[in-house]
Amino acid sequence: MRIINKAGGLIYQREFQPGLRKLSTNDYLVLAGTFHGVHAITRTITPKLPLAPPSTSPAVSSPGNTAPATSGYSYPNPGVPTSGLEFLETDKFRLTCFQTLTGTKFLLFTDPLTGSVDTIMNKIYELYADYVMKNPFYQLEMPVRCEAFDRHLGAWLRGRT
Amino acid sequence: MSATKASRIGEETRIDKVNAELVTLTYGTIVAQLCQDYDSDYQEVNKQLEKMGYNIGMRLIEDFLAKSGVGRCANFRETADMIAKVGFKIFLNVAPTVTNWTSDNNQFSLIFDENPLADFVELPDDGRAQDELWFSNILCGVLRGSLEMVQMQIEAHFVSDVLRGDDTTEMRVSLIRYIEDEMPPEED
Repeated sequence: MRIINKAGGLIYQREFQPGLRKLSTNDYLVLAGTFHGVHAITRTITPKLPLAPPSTSPAVSSPGNTAPATSGYSYPNPGVPTSGLEFLETDKFRLTCFQTLTGTKFLLFTDPLTGSVDTIMNKIYELYADYVMKNPFYQLEMPVRCEAFDRHLGAWLRGRT
Repeated sequence: MSATKASRIGEETRIDKVNAELVTLTYGTIVAQLCQDYDSDYQEVNKQLEKMGYNIGMRLIEDFLAKSGVGRCANFRETADMIAKVGFKIFLNVAPTVTNWTSDNNQFSLIFDENPLADFVELPDDGRAQDELWFSNILCGVLRGSLEMVQMQIEAHFVSDVLRGDDTTEMRVSLIRYIEDEMPPEED
């Protein structure tokens, strides 16, 4: 799992499965930065066709690439901006991206068969709001080093399996 | 989203944990201490309260979004309803009235029938506090901070307060602009 702040910096990353291959810290940062850029691009290439559902774009990034609410208009409603990439699926894993209205992105790498990723996302967001944002000594946009967040996240996920 | 739906979300998401009077007392203590620290320079106290609120707002917004699960507002009118009926309801359990819209829909007033921060409060009678101190000014900051995080730049200030002997407590909120934090337009 990763959290990326609104400037594209990696502020949290953690593995929940032992035995996953590790990358170097630098690679994680590059991954976060790259994803941030790709996400921004997918946002801008959302088709603006009048009265037709936007066609899905290239092979890898499929369903999340459209903004459902705007599909009937020739230009997206300014109040409902396009959403950018939401899922990315390969044979072996699925990447889910959840962007909050404030611009923070949560990335979750899961087995493609894992269900109810949305529920997990919402819970992670709630825990983040509680134990990270409400911690008065956490500085906004900085890497997350909150033990309580780690603990509660771990406990909650263990409770699910 | 309709106003009634907003009030329902506000009702359902509300959580109570801490004793309200403790909050009132804590906030009162902070204001009193600030007044002392700044030698009753009430302009400065207002400013500090606003700043504190701003910092709170920037954090509180995540909690608001995570717990209420609401989506983006389509326009500023919806935002106003959301603030009054969901935001204030969740965090202070009051629902101020949204009113006095300007014709361009960029400014509105929040009228507070009750204000939990100001229970038990009497402003000092040094002849200036009544005219200069906005006791609940922290709320203006909270709105500014939280809306800034969802790409809206606003300005908020109190125009009247029952503590000063006015008939109502009214906060004026004006939208300055929507912040575009997208990538800069491509050069091609």
